[in-house]
Amino acid sequence: MTWFIDHLDDVQARTLQHVYLAGLPLVLGLLIALPLGWLARRYKPLYAPFTAGFGLLYTIPSLALFVLLPGLLGTKILDPVNVVVGMTLYTVALLVRTVADGLGAVPEDVQQAATAMGYTRVKRFFAIELPLAVPVISAGLRVAAVSNVSIVSVAAVLGIPQLGLFFTDGFARAFYDPLVVGIIACVVLALFFDAVIVLATRALTPWLRATGARS
Amino acid sequence: MIPGIIDWLTDPANWSGPDGVPAHLFEHIWYCALALLVAAAVAIPVGLAIGHTGRGRFLAVNLAGAARAIPSLGLLFVLVLWLFPKLTGDSAFLVPTLIVLVVLAIPPIMAGAYAGVEGVDPAARDAALGMGMTGGQVLRKVEVPCALPLIFSGLRSATLQVVGTATIAAVVGTGGLGRFLIDGQKVQDFPQMASGALLVALLALGLDLLLALVQRGVVSPGLTGRTVRRGNTPVDVEIDPAGRTVDAPAR
Repeated sequence: MTWFIDHLDDVQARTLQHVYLAGLPLVLGLLIALPLGWLARRYKPLYAPFTAGFGLLYTIPSLALFVLLPGLLGTKILDPVNVVVGMTLYTVALLVRTVADGLGAVPEDVQQAATAMGYTRVKRFFAIELPLAVPVISAGLRVAAVSNVSIVSVAAVLGIPQLGLFFTDGFARAFYDPLVVGIIACVVLALFFDAVIVLATRALTPWLRATGARS
Repeated sequence: MIPGIIDWLTDPANWSGPDGVPAHLFEHIWYCALALLVAAAVAIPVGLAIGHTGRGRFLAVNLAGAARAIPSLGLLFVLVLWLFPKLTGDSAFLVPTLIVLVVLAIPPIMAGAYAGVEGVDPAARDAALGMGMTGGQVLRKVEVPCALPLIFSGLRSATLQVVGTATIAAVVGTGGLGRFLIDGQKVQDFPQMASGALLVALLALGLDLLLALVQRGVVSPGLTGRTVRRGNTPVDVEIDPAGRTVDAPAR
């Protein structure tokens, strides 16, 4: 406990770095996965190659990805950009399928009703289909958020600053305090991301509470 | 970068001895297989029981969520520091690694099992009960066969995570393909690191394809061919008939 209080500045700085490395890819991944998922839904023959193809990104282990990306991007191995790009790839890999399935779960009669009311295809997507797909997309985003926090800590093996450095520090000195503080901080951060997504989903889907029947 | 990898991978010196590719590949597969077997032996019965009875779902979902939030690297270091003085020889590194991999593999396998049983068409279950099957028979003859696609998707998701995370175990001195990444980093040997990374990705891909083939052989043809669950990659988020999603987590 005293170690935690003595190193409050460190914990704070590394938590912020961790938020950046795990959080930015979530946003970027979602922004990339939305049009890809829409394409996979709009053009049926694309569904299988898109979901299978992006799923393949998962077979690359995180440590391997962090090592290989500098060679592909021309960045230095300690550059945090590698982590952001790697985590964005994982997020996209997960969300393309989620977005496609979420959009596919929008009832046909709702879409027809919107078309009959004069919605253009673009307006129908943003005003009808996307909002109705939010619960499914957010479920996928929650999985991505929690695992991102854990995967980012692996980058500490290469020396990229974030909460994972407490693990390597503590292990190198056979000293439990930083290890325990790092693990707790990671779990709290994962729960925080999860809570933010749940709250955002609630705010975006008021009709689910109004009826009270579905969750 | 590419010529360096090709040079490294075609150098016969890297393919023999205790630090060669075959030896580390074998170690890697051995750790993963052991961890997956232990995890499946725990998670599949528990998952089936939850899906069959509908009880304990809330507890299981939350425990699995919490397990997923624990960073594997931190857990590994704590376990090594704690268990190292208590164990001797190779098991001092092996046991902590296996515990981390099992903790990692249980949530997706369990989620696949209970989601699979929950998603069984109620009509099929009713028909089985109407034919006079007991609860155990319904589970064995109807629910498990119908749940196999999702059980496999959970297993494949777990396999990908375990193969990737077993790489990290090399940090604490365990063998496996991660050695090339860690040893290469110490001497700034980039071709060695990249080759190791490539080998791990290929292994993950190979095991996933192997499981996909097993799945194709084991799952009843009546369940495949008209569902969207037929793809060759593990399903990470499934939508069950009620429109909720159940997740077999990302790595």
